[in-house]
Amino acid sequence: MADTDATPLKRTALYDVHVAHGAKIVPFAGYEMPVQFEGVKAEHLWTRSKAGLFDVSHMGPCFLTQNNRSLSGNEAHAAIAAIIEELVPSNIAGLKPGQARLTVLLNEEGGILDDLIITRPEVEDLQGTLYIVVNGAVKDQDWTLFEQTFEGRATLRRHDHRILFALQGPEAVDVLAAYLPGSEALSFMRSKRIFWNDVRCGVSRCGYTGEDGFEVLVDAEPGRELVTALLADERVKPIGLGARDSLRLEAGLCLYGHDMDASRTPIEADLGWVIQKSRRERADFPGSEKILEQYRKGADEVRVGIQPLGRAPAREGTEIEIRGERVGVVTSGGFGPSVEKPIAMGYVARKHTAPGTKIDLMIRGKAHEAEVCELPFIQPNYKR
Amino acid sequence: MTMKFTEDHEWIRVDGDVATVGITKYAAEQLGDVVFVEVPEVGASFSKGDDMAVVESVKAASDVYAPVGGEVTEGNAALADAPETVNEDPEGAGWFAKLKLSDKSELDGLMDADAYAKFCEG
Repeated sequence: MADTDATPLKRTALYDVHVAHGAKIVPFAGYEMPVQFEGVKAEHLWTRSKAGLFDVSHMGPCFLTQNNRSLSGNEAHAAIAAIIEELVPSNIAGLKPGQARLTVLLNEEGGILDDLIITRPEVEDLQGTLYIVVNGAVKDQDWTLFEQTFEGRATLRRHDHRILFALQGPEAVDVLAAYLPGSEALSFMRSKRIFWNDVRCGVSRCGYTGEDGFEVLVDAEPGRELVTALLADERVKPIGLGARDSLRLEAGLCLYGHDMDASRTPIEADLGWVIQKSRRERADFPGSEKILEQYRKGADEVRVGIQPLGRAPAREGTEIEIRGERVGVVTSGGFGPSVEKPIAMGYVARKHTAPGTKIDLMIRGKAHEAEVCELPFIQPNYKR
Repeated sequence: MTMKFTEDHEWIRVDGDVATVGITKYAAEQLGDVVFVEVPEVGASFSKGDDMAVVESVKAASDVYAPVGGEVTEGNAALADAPETVNEDPEGAGWFAKLKLSDKSELDGLMDADAYAKFCEG
């Protein structure tokens, strides 16, 4: 998302490391961030075959703790889960220690204010606390919403002054385990506190590339040393935002503000799976009436994968037509270096969502043939 | 046969009434991996500065402008199947189109190689 206001840009604790590795720096979500190092395509393919290191410190890691100090263990978790479930439709109460879940922050109309990952910490001393990572571009508004909604009941601590980095790709596990032993034992969407020397690291097996990998939250100064050490490994290269976008698009993952926003519900965004059965039965989340009606009957427009049949990429905003009639719009589109083809996703009217449906992408005034397709475009490599 | 350059990083090489047009090595490096090129159709006419072609990298689409006015006599059809030629040889085999010039005096306003090199240094 481009920055248009005059607020001075911030730098993450890894800024100097990026510059030392030859990064091309651009403004992104209020920060000066690396968009590429050696080139988007090379970085993309490296991540799919080796290990790519991404600085995601611009995002919004935070901890939310329930205020009743007489509670501990499962009771404390139940208390904080009940609080956060006022704003998200996922079953947070049912998380096991060390388990993480993707969910969405909803407004009263059922629109998506953000997507976020909520983790129940594994360690005993953090029961009653949730580790939450929200999107960088909207973190201030998310956190204001948390503070206003939960005032007096829960306390928010921002952790975006620290380093959050991702190590993604088939070699990520072997590289990381040498520094953070025990990370290799985590399965997908599991999290654990692991020490590097005396440095406390929050390690989660998750990511935004479709590959196996990890995200690590660590203090700035030792974190810079850890990242520098990882980058010295010949299997690891730094990866910019450009490849981050092409990797997540091939993996069929949504980018907030593009593939979903406050005008879209989770059902429209094809994220109905984030609403577990217990929450559907309780129907107690914001916008639940509208969302559950769509769950039963289907939404008018739904997010789908789009496979252009020619070589022209269809970018965000490209209109979708069938026989001259507008049926939808592309919300993310580009070229997939691993599939070696243009790829896209977007919203189409419900009756046109079947894979194989022929559509026209209106690129620079001309119709280009495409088909609705299944997502993702690549076979994910998650460690289940 | 001399080469001239625009501030939008196109090059033009004139041979008699016909000029070959492409994007510069500097532009190709800035764009990164080219994955798609749309060249103009034969017979299309452009004024100086019109959108003439499109070049797309993994991340974004960029317009290519006509350095001078003219009518297209040939588009580089080879780029359809080999867009990476623009990265490999931007000022040679990666040309975009040939134009029959409408007003050769428009060339006078363009930069020569030395001036363009200085322009890229900022």
